[in-house]
This record gives sequence, structure tokens and C-alpha cells, in this order.
Amino acid sequence: MSGFSLSATSIDERALRRELFDPACGGYVCFEGWVRNHNEGQQVTRLEYEVYEPLALSEGARIMAEAQQRFGVQQLRCVHRTGALELGEIAVWVGVAAAHRDEAFRACRYLIDEIKHRLPIWKKEHYLSGDSGWVNCERCAAAPSDPHDHAADHGRGAAPALRRAAPGDRHS
Amino acid sequence: MSAPLYGLVLTGGRSKRMQRDKAALEYAGRSQLARAMTLLEPLVERCFVSTRADQKHDAQRAAYAQIVDQLDDIGPMAGLHAALHSHPQAAWLVLACDLPFLDAATLQQLIAARAPQRLASAFRSSHDGNPEPLCAIYEPASRTTIDAWIAADQRCPRKFLAQADVQLLTLNNARALDNVNTADEYQQASQRLGGEALTQPQTLTIQYFAILREQAGRSAETLQSRAPDARALYEELRTLRQLQLRPEQLRVAINDAFGDWSQPLKAGDRIAFLPPVAGG
Repeated sequence: MSGFSLSATSIDERALRRELFDPACGGYVCFEGWVRNHNEGQQVTRLEYEVYEPLALSEGARIMAEAQQRFGVQQLRCVHRTGALELGEIAVWVGVAAAHRDEAFRACRYLIDEIKHRLPIWKKEHYLSGDSGWVNCERCAAAPSDPHDHAADHGRGAAPALRRAAPGDRHS
Repeated sequence: MSAPLYGLVLTGGRSKRMQRDKAALEYAGRSQLARAMTLLEPLVERCFVSTRADQKHDAQRAAYAQIVDQLDDIGPMAGLHAALHSHPQAAWLVLACDLPFLDAATLQQLIAARAPQRLASAFRSSHDGNPEPLCAIYEPASRTTIDAWIAADQRCPRKFLAQADVQLLTLNNARALDNVNTADEYQQASQRLGGEALTQPQTLTIQYFAILREQAGRSAETLQSRAPDARALYEELRTLRQLQLRPEQLRVAINDAFGDWSQPLKAGDRIAFLPPVAGG
């Protein structure tokens, strides 16, 4: 069990938190990504996640293993939603427990950043106007002259500074 | 009556210029050794691979009957010498392992024009007119002459044929014996032969996600394609399915793992082109 999973139904954050409890840990850090009601000047009414499941699960497991190795944390857990979500729902949940707070904070930050940039998961937003759009993709077709715009979202091969400056970065 | 004809593929060369084992070089997905053995086996009574003692356990060579060199460091003469001594009653059709363009018709021409009463039968090089010693038939009677030649410290099989009683033939296919000695020559030969092999289309499955799924109007399809890699495949699909994203905006996944645009595709592969992601 890698600690990473996908869920087609609502995330039960209290159950996930209980899973992480470990008497050897003195610090617990959690990040919840919520469905927000606006993005880039548009009013968002709901959204959908589409996932390439086998690759998302293997890459998610790889990210969890990397965080454990880098930060030496005791317990890690991450769940990402799939399918249709309403405003206010939890889209992604990351929790880390460690002996001390510093590695827990750092591991949690690492996990959410890598998950956003590396997992083959796509988000379609539906707007109040009736329009909808695939986040980070619509401008790909509209602005063919700027190949750097979205290199950020492909993880490997992009410079770290670029990767953190991804457009549509909702939770930072 | 002529002696029975046996086949011998020489693989004991040091490949100094290529710096890679020539027997293992692949053309259109098959090693040179496998290609040479496949050509030769149906035309001779028995067929062997000629190896140096230190190559005996190499997996590729171990798949075939072997004749191991008895003499060291005398070049291709060592393979011929060992064969003539191991089966003295046989004539030997000897092939080098660096002839990727050799075809069955050329071997059939050689066998049909063989002159068993002479010491050997060989082609004239289409480049310089000298005898080609490494696609030639050596009769049992050549053994004593070759032993004497080696004892006199001579090494070159071409010179041997030039002074011996040899049946010389003109190649019907002038390029059949073009050989490959350097990495550049290999590259060129591989492209020439690889191009022929790829005329067969293969079955591939394409998976589409998110914006590409909507543009393609489907989440997957199975089709026949001659595309050698994901880059060429995407170019085909861009036209076929009116896909709007450029390849530099995408990543490639092959069989549920991140892949490479230039990774060769195999029949049955599942390929996905991944638009910019937006998890979290």
C-alpha cells in the first residue's frame, strides 16, 4: 500500500486523519484542496476530474516513496478525487505525521506540489456563464506561439522555478 | 561426386572499428547472426557458428551448433581452419557476420556455380574485382593448402584466393556483399533495412484524455499504423482526428508508463498523449 489512492466519492477527512495516528509522532500536518467558486476572473459552479488511473496510481506511489525517503516521515496519506465535484468539496487531501513538525511541513508541501504537477489528472471547470474549460489546456490551442506557457505542468524537464509558477494554481 | 556442403557463419572477429559485437547488431529487429543463419540453414546440410573459445558461452552463439577456433589471432582463417579440420569430408560455405544486404538469391547463385573440382568458388568484389573470401565455398581439398598457408605465417584469405585455383563469379546483385565495419555504416544499413521492414503496419491502441478526448470524439481507438515512434504516430492522429495540441505541449505514456517520443513502438502497444495536467 503506497498511501496514495483515488476516490470517486467524497473524502472522509476524519477517517484519513485517524489512519495516520502514530504514538511515535509529535507532529501532524494536513493539506486540503477545496473546490473554489472562482478561477481567473470566472465564476466556477462545479468541476470534473478526469484521471488516467493506472499511471496516476503508479506515479502517486512514486511521489509518496520519494517524500518518505527525503524527509524521513513516519506516516503519509494522500487521496485525490475523480469525477464530478461541487463547490466546497475536498478535491485532494494530503496528511503527514512525523516525529517533529519541520519534516512534516516539508513533506506535506512536497507531496501536494508534486501531485499537482506530475499526476495525469485533468480538471474541467464549469462556469456561471455556461462555458466550461480544461484548466491549463484551453490556452494551449489558443496561443500556439508560446510553448513555455505550459511546460510548467509537465514536471520532468522543466526548471523548478518554472514548475512552481504554474498558471491556475488554485491552492497555493 | 561433390562433397556435402556445410555452412559456417564467422563471428570470431574483434570488431575493432565497430567496437561492438557485429553478430549482435540488429537490422529490422533481428540480429545479424540470426539473419545469416536463417539465410544459410535451408541451403546446406549442416550449419555452424564459428566462435573464439572465449565466446563459446555467449547466449546468442550458444543457440547454434558451434565450431571453436583452434588457432588464436589469425583472423577469419582460424574459423575456416577449424571447420575444415572438424569435418574434413565437407565443403564449407563460409559467411562473414557483417553482410546485412546478403540475400538468398546470391547464395543460390554461388551454390549453383560451385566448381567442386577446384579449391574454392567465390565472387569477385563489385568494388575492386578481388575475390570475396567471406561469402565463398571452400572444398575439402583446400585444407592442406590452407594449412600450409597458415604455417607460412600468411593470414589474408583474400590473398589466398587470389593465388589459388578458384572459380570466380560475378555478382548478380552488386550490393549483396557490401559490408558494415563502422558505426556510421551500421546506421546507414540499419536505416535502409529498417525502412523495408516497417512497411508492415502494426496494431496500436490510442487512449485519449480530457481535452484530447473531446477533440478526438472518443476515449480510445485501435488502429493500424506504420508510425515507428510516438512522434510519428501523433502527427498521423493530429490529421486524422483534428487534434489541436502541439506535441511540445504533451507528454507520452506507453503501456501505462511515462514514455519517450522516440521510443520504438511495438505491435499491441497502448499509447496515450497527455495534455497539460491540472490535479490538486
